[in-house]
Amino acid sequence: MSPLSAVLTEGAVLAQGPARLDPPPIDYAAILPLLVVLGGACIAVLVEAFLPRHQRWPAQVALSILTIGVAGLSLGLYAGGEPIGTTTLADALAIDGPTLFLWGTLLALGLGSILLIADRSVEPGGAFVASAASRAAVGGGVNGGPVDDPEDRSYGMVGQAPTMQTEVFPFTLFALAGMMTFCAANDLLTMFVALEVLSLPLYLMCGLARRRRLLSQEAAVKYFLLGAFASAFFLYGLALLYGYAGSVKLADIATAAAGSAKSDSLLLGGLALLVVGLLFKGSVGPFHTWTPDVYQGAPTPVTAFMAACTKVAAFGAILRVLYVAFGDTRWEWRGVLWAVAIASMVIGAVIGLTQTDVKRMVAYSSIAHAGFLLLGAMSITEQGVSGTLFYLLAYGFTTLAVFGVISLVRDADGEATHLSQWAGLAKRSPIVAAVMTFLLLALAGIPLTSGFTAKFAVFAAALGDGMGPLVIVALVASAVAAFFYLRVIVMMYFSEPAADGPSVTVPGAFTTAAITLGVLVTLLLGILPTLALGWAGSSGFVG
Amino acid sequence: MLLLILLVLPLVGALVVAPLKNNAATAKLVALAFALASLVLTAVTWFSYSIAEGAPRFQLELSVPWIPAFGTSFALGVDGIALVMLALIAVLVPIVMGFSWEEKLPEGRTAAGFFSLLLATQGLLVGVFAATDVFLFYVFFEAMLVPMYFMIGRFGGPRRQYAAVKFFLYSLFGGLIMLASVIGLYVVSGAELGQATFTWVELQRMAASVDETTQIWLFIGFFVAFAIKAPLVPFHTWLPDAGAEAPVGAGVLLVGVLDKVGTFGFLRYCLPLFPLASQRLAPLVLTLAVIGILYGALLAVGQSDMKRFVSYTSIAHFGFIALGIFAFSSQAFAGATLYMVNHGISTGMLFIVVGLVIARGGSRLIADYGGVHKVAPLLAGTFLVAGLSSLALPGTNSFISEFLVLVGSYPRQPVYTILATVGIIFAALYVLWVYQRTMQGPLRGSAVLGALEPAGGPGAMIDPDVAAKKAGTGFPDLSGREIAVLTPLIVLVLVLGFFPGPVLDVITPSVMATLHEVGLPDPVGGLSQ
Repeated sequence: MSPLSAVLTEGAVLAQGPARLDPPPIDYAAILPLLVVLGGACIAVLVEAFLPRHQRWPAQVALSILTIGVAGLSLGLYAGGEPIGTTTLADALAIDGPTLFLWGTLLALGLGSILLIADRSVEPGGAFVASAASRAAVGGGVNGGPVDDPEDRSYGMVGQAPTMQTEVFPFTLFALAGMMTFCAANDLLTMFVALEVLSLPLYLMCGLARRRRLLSQEAAVKYFLLGAFASAFFLYGLALLYGYAGSVKLADIATAAAGSAKSDSLLLGGLALLVVGLLFKGSVGPFHTWTPDVYQGAPTPVTAFMAACTKVAAFGAILRVLYVAFGDTRWEWRGVLWAVAIASMVIGAVIGLTQTDVKRMVAYSSIAHAGFLLLGAMSITEQGVSGTLFYLLAYGFTTLAVFGVISLVRDADGEATHLSQWAGLAKRSPIVAAVMTFLLLALAGIPLTSGFTAKFAVFAAALGDGMGPLVIVALVASAVAAFFYLRVIVMMYFSEPAADGPSVTVPGAFTTAAITLGVLVTLLLGILPTLALGWAGSSGFVG
Repeated sequence: MLLLILLVLPLVGALVVAPLKNNAATAKLVALAFALASLVLTAVTWFSYSIAEGAPRFQLELSVPWIPAFGTSFALGVDGIALVMLALIAVLVPIVMGFSWEEKLPEGRTAAGFFSLLLATQGLLVGVFAATDVFLFYVFFEAMLVPMYFMIGRFGGPRRQYAAVKFFLYSLFGGLIMLASVIGLYVVSGAELGQATFTWVELQRMAASVDETTQIWLFIGFFVAFAIKAPLVPFHTWLPDAGAEAPVGAGVLLVGVLDKVGTFGFLRYCLPLFPLASQRLAPLVLTLAVIGILYGALLAVGQSDMKRFVSYTSIAHFGFIALGIFAFSSQAFAGATLYMVNHGISTGMLFIVVGLVIARGGSRLIADYGGVHKVAPLLAGTFLVAGLSSLALPGTNSFISEFLVLVGSYPRQPVYTILATVGIIFAALYVLWVYQRTMQGPLRGSAVLGALEPAGGPGAMIDPDVAAKKAGTGFPDLSGREIAVLTPLIVLVLVLGFFPGPVLDVITPSVMATLHEVGLPDPVGGLSQ
């Protein structure tokens, strides 16, 4: 092209004026799983609006499972084509090895959670209602009472089991889409939007419990208020980083940090605030305070969803931020995260000892596990990334199955989550007790379970990156935490059952499937982790 | 392949037996069949192991890549030391099953559960001794806690929950400390060899080039785990509780084999992998060992509970084994290894005999018995044989090993050896005194009298509770089954007492190799083969 024609072309472009803006190229194949989930969520809203109430549950369940299935299929097809890492939507999303792994994990865990949520046999009619207030207003109840509003069948006709409130399905899908965006986000603004997309449905889902509604609503409000604070922190950090780097893209921040003589206070201040927001979502201590209350108060299937998927998404984002944007400045911030990791492990392990409620206990266990995960996320090495990814996969499935089992142990007042109510469970239902024991041993990190392989991967990465003392602290914390897992086993196996103790509900097909899925993955990743480790370590971040 | 079958067979047995809850007789027979099959297989293994000059140290090897990302493989293989331990397990498990045949289990527990756990323990123990990959070893090391935990916690005595949790937490804590060292070893091997690995042979080859400070840190991790398992003195407090509360069958395996993993670990992992650190820290370990010998013996003298008594004698014996291992001479090594076998036999037998006495009297207290010899002479006789073997009387198996340890330790460590010798005197004291109090003299003690007198008789006046429970059941001598269980042990005690040669022949080449790996000359000029 001659200089003249170049000038002419340029002139032509200018002549067209600012009205024409080239849209960024979109790699539809790469982001198809995300689009499918978002689309599924939108259709689910329409289903909720237009289908008669009694058709909604089957439609929603089928739609959700179909959505996740199609998304998984498209992900599998894309990943099977040996993709190289790419960014799309004007670099807003990075579709690279970790993203694909996390998406796969999220979809699989999401499927398990949907199965738990959809179950109507454990809690007659499902675990969800629209709101306690409206229920009280119509004066209906599970145990009879008049139902004034014929439209409001969710509270049941007299003598009829109430139908389940089904908004929870679109909520779940939206949250899932938010999580998928969250861990693929390649700039901070996208990440913030994704954070809100994933958080808002979660806040609502926490408050939907059919039983113990006050507790559930308290949990929702608490989660919302603290979550709003965390979002504000994140946004403030984002603003400071923009001030420092002049861009919200992770890669640009890294470039700015590497080649700049500017004062680092904006950079580190921004990082600190940003990370607080992320650590909050990952329920890392000392930003964990919402975790026990919310885990306890939320309906158990929602707790399972939060515990498994939110953790995956949050740590996916933490990994990406630390690795892509702040990898080169790690010596400046790592000391602080050391302290955070130690705090998280110690808080989780020690306060977990004093818990008497099984759900709260698992919450504290998740805080300790968040500390272990942080060890992997802090080692800015390939092993660190692959170890953390593998840990997320392993922990997600174990925890999903744990909450599945917890939802089965019930007495007349709903779930029997007090530890003393679990006494002698092995005698009443040996299979449930054996499954729970296996899962608890996995959480404790006993070999031949995924928990051990995952711990090993993460600790080896941390030790390889010079964090010896931290690994020692982590191992001591694991030993302490083992005590409270063991206590549950002692209660189930070595204690005599109480006369009026809870019974174990025979789970319906959905819950059985979810628990089986979790147990199988936990066992498989403990014995033959090679394949998953290979996926987790196949390729690094782009950006 | 032979080792793989030996490992998998009991585990399969455990799975087969576990569901037979409603049919105790079948469950027991099936379990025993699996245990005997393992025994036969172990005998085949024993004879396939070549002790010819120049035979490789590790034999019957099998190696399959397991998790390439961690550089670990499923690698099995035995040397002489591991082989004798495999033989010990294979012998003890059928005996334990024979003993537990008619044991009264706590309410609601089934024999199928107990026998299944026994087989699971056996399989995992085989894995621990046969693993030649450090990662694989660690996996079995931790996994074997689980069946033992359930055996103590479900089938044990009144304070079983406490004992089981204490046992599990101590072991798990040690194991996690060891995990730090295992990972450290892996990272160091990546730096030294260029390719991180867990293969024992390669790690051993690398050992000489690792600097001493690193070695000491890694050594400490392994040492703490093994010292808890063995147990050496500051880490021993779980054993008396676990030993006392465990059902007798589990106790035999716990003290007889499971604790040997600790001393085996010293020999297989601490010494060859960290030779410099082992030499540097040997005085510390020797001090702990001698304290263990004396302190364990003193506490054994003072025990009032028979099962705790046996546990404390074991702590003293483990002191001897540790002394032999950290004295770095071929005789002491061979003595320590032989001691591991002999202690399994003699203490296992002592445990069983004590279990038989307790089953008859219904009490664990020494003071509740007296003059048992009058009513049950065979039982008292086997008690004496077990006790004499435990105190290392010449002519019994333990004498050879204790003698080898002391002779082998003296040239390098005279002071510690002389102190340890005092322990022998204590041993005579604690064994004979217990024997005298429970077996000799006139019939006395509430348990014995209560068992003998019919309800309401004069004996009942002594302790109505005991009498009411045991009234008129009598204090029978050994039954045919019990004789069948104890005979092999007595034979082993005597045969190994007079003809230790075959066992020593198997042990010696591996022991010489270990000494070579530590890199010290043999102070006593080597064992004559």
